[in-house]
Amino acid sequence: MKKAKQIQDMISKPFDLLSEELVFIILDLVAQNPSDLKSFSLTCKWFYQVEARHRRSLKPLRAEYLPRILTRYRNTADLDLSFCPRVTDYALSVVGCLSGPTLRSVDLSRSFSFSAAGLLRLAVKCVSLVEIDLSNATEMRDAAAAVVAEAKSLERLKLGRCKKLTDMGIGCIAVGCRKLKRVSLKWCVGVGDLGVGLLAVKCKDIRSLDLSYLPITGKCLHDVLKLQHLEELLLQGCFGVDDDSLKSLTHHCNSLKNLDASSCQNLTQRGLTSLLSGAGCLERLDLAHSSSVISLDFASSLNKVSSALQSIRLDGCAVTCDGLKAIGTLCISLREVSLSKCVTVTDEGLSCLVMKLKDLRKLDITCCRKLTGVSITQVASSCPLLVSLKMESCSLVSRDAFWLIGHKCRLLEELDFTDNEIDDEGLKSISSCRSLSSLKLGICLNITDRGLSYIGMGCSNLRELDLYRSVGITDVGISSIAQGCCHLETINISYCKDITDKSLVSLSKCSMLQTFESRGCPHITCQGLAAIAVRCKRLSKLDLKKCPFINDSGLLTLAHFSQGLKQISVSETGVTDVGLVSLANIGCLQNIAAVNTRGLSPSGVAAALVGCGGLRKVKLHASLRSLLPSSLINHMEARGCSFLWKDYNNHNNSNTLQAELDPKYWKLQLEEDIEL
Amino acid sequence: MEPEDDLCQNNWGGSSSSSSSKRREQVCFTSQHKWEDASILDYEMGMEEEPAFQENSNNNNGGQVNVDFLQGVRAQAWDPRTMLSNLSFMEEKIHELQDLVHLMVARNGQLQGRQEQLVAQQQQLITTDLTSIIIQLISTAGSLLPSVKHHNMSTAPGPFTGSALFPYPREANNLASQTLNNNNNNTCEFDLPKPIVVEEEHEMKDEDDVEEGENLLPGSYEILQLEKEEILAPHTHFCTICGKGFKRDANLRMHMRGHGDEYKTPAALAKPNKEAVPGSEPMLIKRYSCPFPGCKRNKDHKKFQPLKTILCVKNHYKRTHCDKSFTRSRCHTKKFSVIADLKTHEKHCGKNKWLCSCGTTFSRKDKLFGHIALFQGHTPAIPLEETKPSAQKGSSACENSNNNNTGMVGFNLGSATNAIEEVAQPGFMDGKIRFEDSFSPLSFDTCNFGGFHEFPRPMFDDSESSFQMLISSACGFSPRNGGESVSNTSL
Repeated sequence: MKKAKQIQDMISKPFDLLSEELVFIILDLVAQNPSDLKSFSLTCKWFYQVEARHRRSLKPLRAEYLPRILTRYRNTADLDLSFCPRVTDYALSVVGCLSGPTLRSVDLSRSFSFSAAGLLRLAVKCVSLVEIDLSNATEMRDAAAAVVAEAKSLERLKLGRCKKLTDMGIGCIAVGCRKLKRVSLKWCVGVGDLGVGLLAVKCKDIRSLDLSYLPITGKCLHDVLKLQHLEELLLQGCFGVDDDSLKSLTHHCNSLKNLDASSCQNLTQRGLTSLLSGAGCLERLDLAHSSSVISLDFASSLNKVSSALQSIRLDGCAVTCDGLKAIGTLCISLREVSLSKCVTVTDEGLSCLVMKLKDLRKLDITCCRKLTGVSITQVASSCPLLVSLKMESCSLVSRDAFWLIGHKCRLLEELDFTDNEIDDEGLKSISSCRSLSSLKLGICLNITDRGLSYIGMGCSNLRELDLYRSVGITDVGISSIAQGCCHLETINISYCKDITDKSLVSLSKCSMLQTFESRGCPHITCQGLAAIAVRCKRLSKLDLKKCPFINDSGLLTLAHFSQGLKQISVSETGVTDVGLVSLANIGCLQNIAAVNTRGLSPSGVAAALVGCGGLRKVKLHASLRSLLPSSLINHMEARGCSFLWKDYNNHNNSNTLQAELDPKYWKLQLEEDIEL
Repeated sequence: MEPEDDLCQNNWGGSSSSSSSKRREQVCFTSQHKWEDASILDYEMGMEEEPAFQENSNNNNGGQVNVDFLQGVRAQAWDPRTMLSNLSFMEEKIHELQDLVHLMVARNGQLQGRQEQLVAQQQQLITTDLTSIIIQLISTAGSLLPSVKHHNMSTAPGPFTGSALFPYPREANNLASQTLNNNNNNTCEFDLPKPIVVEEEHEMKDEDDVEEGENLLPGSYEILQLEKEEILAPHTHFCTICGKGFKRDANLRMHMRGHGDEYKTPAALAKPNKEAVPGSEPMLIKRYSCPFPGCKRNKDHKKFQPLKTILCVKNHYKRTHCDKSFTRSRCHTKKFSVIADLKTHEKHCGKNKWLCSCGTTFSRKDKLFGHIALFQGHTPAIPLEETKPSAQKGSSACENSNNNNTGMVGFNLGSATNAIEEVAQPGFMDGKIRFEDSFSPLSFDTCNFGGFHEFPRPMFDDSESSFQMLISSACGFSPRNGGESVSNTSL
C-alpha cells in the first residue's frame, strides 16, 4: 500500500526527483530563445521559482516594472535598461535596494532622466558593480561623474558622448575607480589631456582605452603608453594628436595589441613611427582616412610592428602601388586587410600585396573601382584561407573571376558582391562554400532564380541574404532559398518587383527570421505578411514601405503574433488609424515610420503614439507636426521618444513607383545625381 | 667629502660615541663644517682687506663677527698659528675700538645738537664691541681646555656641542637650560653673558633648524616709537620751513631744493643713510616699537619683538589696531585695513578656482592635476554650483572656498597624516626641516646674519600661530573628510 502511494506521489510530483542543478543545466540550453523560457516558467509554480532563481540577466521593457521584476529575479547580475528610455532616480534606487549585492553590470546607455542622486544610490548599494554604461548621458556633469567614482570595484566604464563631462569629473573617476580596465570616453569633448593623463596615472590596470574624438594632444599619450597592461588604444579622430607632440615619445608598450589612429588628420608618418616604435607586439592597426599617402616611406614606419601585425585598415587612404607592395613584403602574417574606398588601388598593387599573404582571412576592397578580374584572380589563387571578401562596386571585375573565387576559396563565410557583374555560374561555384553565412547580391542584375537555387542547395548555413534590386529574382528563387537555408535570419527583397505572397509563404518556413525588408514590392499583400507574422516568432524588423496592398488587417495580425517586433515601416502603404493603433499591442516596439500614409488622421496617430509605451523614434510627415497637440509631442519627448519630420511631397502615383522599380532608370538617375 | 668628515671627527674627538644619534650628528657636522669654511674665509679676508672688514664690523652688530671668529677659533683650536692670528685679530679689534673712541672725542666738539642721543648710541656701540672682544678671549682660552668639551659632549650631543667651549660651569648651566628652552621652541632669555647666548642660538639654528626670527641683542639697536597720529598720518615727512607733508623722504629732499641753495648740495640731497661712510659716524641699527600698549610689538612688552621699518610699523598698526575700512567691491566678504592687502587679495580672489578635496586651491588646472597625481586619495572637488544633488559634498566645497587659508594649512597636515598612515612619520618632520634648511644655509654661507633679518619675528610668529591653526583645522578637516562621500583619504 505504502509503496503504491509513493509511486502515486512520484507520478503526481515527478519533478521532485529532479534536482535544481539539473534544471539549471536544462534552462541554460532553453535560454537561447526567450519565449521558450517564458513558456517554461509558466508551466508550474516550481518551474516559475526555479526559472526566477536561474536567471542572471534582465532586459526589462519598462522601468515601471522594475520593482516587481527585481523582486522576482533576485539573482540578477546583468541589468540592461536599454529598452527603458526613462529611468528615474527612483528606479535606480529600486535597483540598488533590490539587487544591490548581486548586480554586476548596468546598461544605461539608452536611458535618461536620472541624476547624480540615483547614480549615487546605485554606486553605494551595488558593491560588486563591475560594469556601467553611461553612454549618451549628454546632460551628465562632473558631479555625477564624482558619484560614479564611488563604485570602487568598477572595471568597465563607458562614457561615450557625455559631452558636459570635463577633466574634473574624469579626475574624480580616476581617483575613485582604481580597478578600471576598460574605459570609453568617445566623444567626451570636454575631456582633455589632464583628465586622460590622470586616468592613466591612477588606474594602472587599464586594458582598453577609447579616446576617440577627444581634444587631446600627444601630451597625455606619454602617460597612457606607460600603462603596463594596455591592449587597446583608440584614437579615432583625435585632431590634436600631431607629430610634434609625439616626437619625444619613448615607451615600451609591449602589451598593446590594437591601435586605432584613424581620421587623425595631423598624424603623419613621423608621428606614427614614434607611436609604433615601442609597440612591438601590435596586432591590429587602423589608419583609415589618414592624411598621409601610403607610400614606400610610410610602409617603412611599420618596420617595428611588422612581425606581429595581423590586421591593417587603410580605408580611404591614398594608397600607392609601392606602398602596398612594401606592406605585403613586410607584414607577412597579415590576416585582415581593408582597403575600402581606396580609389587609387590598382590591380598591380593589390596583386603584389596579396601574393605573399597566404594567411589572409579577410579582405575588404569595397568601392576600389579600378580593380579588374586580374587582381581578384590573384586573390583567389594566393589566399585559399579567405573567410570574408567584400568587393561592393568593383564593377570591372569579370564574371569568370567569381567562378574562380568559389572554386579556390572554400572557407568563405562572408561575401559582398553588391553591384557586381556576377552571374548564375558564379553563384553555382560559390554554392560550394558550405559555411557561407552572409551573402550580399544587391543590384546584381545578372543573377536569376537558377543561381539562387544553387545557393539554396549548397549553403545551408546562410543567415543573411541581400537581394536588393536584383530584379531577376522571382518566387521560385526565394522558395528554393527558403527550402535550403532554414537558418535564415535576415533577408532583403526590396524592389524585386516580381515577388508575390508565394515568396512570403515559403519564407515563413524560416522560423529564425528576424529582419524582413520588402520595400517596394508591389504584389505583396496582407496574406503573405500574415504567414510571416504567424510563423516567424522572432521577427523584429519589418520594412513594408511602398507596398500599397498592405493594410490594417496585416498590421492587426502582426500586432497579435509578432510580439518581438521592434521596428516597422509602413510609409506609403494602405494602413489607416486602426492598424497603427493596433501596433500599441506590441510591447517592445521602438521605431515607427509612417510617412505619406494617406489613411492616417492626426487623432489616430496620437492614439497610437500614446499607446506605444516604449517608442524611441517616430518618423512622420511634417504636416502632422502642427496638427498634433504640442502637449502630446512634449509628453512623448519626455518619455524618450524623438520625432523625425519628413516633408517630401507625396507623389504616390503609380508612375513614380513604376519608374523606381525599373533598375535601369534608377541607376541612370543615380548616376545623374552623382554627376550633379 | 670624506676627508673633511674625518677632520670633523678628529676635531670633535669622541663626539660620535652615542650611536643612537649618530646620523643626526653627521648632518650637524657637515653643516658645521660648511660654516667653518665660510668663517675661515671671512677671517682671512679680514686679515688681508682691513678696511672692508672694519666696515663690516662697524655696520653689523658685534654678534656676527664674534660668531665668525669663534668658529674660526674652534675649527683650528689646536693650531698655535690660529691662536696667534686670533690674538692679532683681537689686537686689531681693540685698536679699532680705540680709533672709534678717538673719533667720538674729536666729533664731540663739532656736533652740539643731538649730542645726548649720540653719546648714548656710541656708548652702546662700544659696549657691544667690548663684549665681543671678551667673548673672543674666552673662547680662545676655552679651546685650550678639551676636557671640558668632552664632558659637555656627553650631555648635549650634536647640535649643542658649541656649549663645550665655555669652560665655566655657570655658562654650561645656562646652555643646558637653553637647550631645554629651545626644545620647547621658546625664545631664549639669558642674563649672562648675553652675546654668547645669542651666538649659541645662531649656531643651533644652523644645526637644529629652530628658527626664532631676528635675533638682535636687546640694547644693540635703537628703539624708536612713533605716535599713533604719526603712524596714521598720510604724510610722514614734513618740510620744516613750509610744513608741506610728503610720503617719501626723497620727495621731501627734492622739495627742499626750492627753499634755498643750501639744500642743493650733494650732501643734502644724498640719502641720509649713505652719509655713514666708513670712518665717519657709525650707524646704529634702528628698530621700531608699536605705540599700542600691551602689544607684543610694544617695547614695554615682556617678549618684545621690534619692527624693522617704518612701513612695518604702519602696516602692523593698521592691521592689528585699526578698523578694517577697505572692503571688497565684489564679494564683500573680506575687509582690509591696508589697501595693499586689498589689492593683493583682488589680484588672487576668484583665480584659485581649481579645488582639491583636501581644500587646496590652485590657480591653474594642470597644477591641480599634478597635485592629485602626486598624492594618494586626493580627488578634484567639483565646484558648488554643479553639486546640487549631493548636499554633503557641496557643503564641504563651500567650506573650503570660504576659508582658503585654513584649507591651505589643512592640506599640509592632510598630507602629513597620510604620510603617517603609510608608516612614514618622519616625513612630516623632514618636510619641516627641509623648509627651514632652505634658507639657513644661505645665511651661513654668506656669513651674513643680516640674512636672518629677512625673517623677522613677525614672520615666525605667524607661522607659529598658523601651526596652531593647522592643528585645529586639521581636526576639523579629518572628520569632515571622513564623512564626505567623495573623498577616500580615509583619514
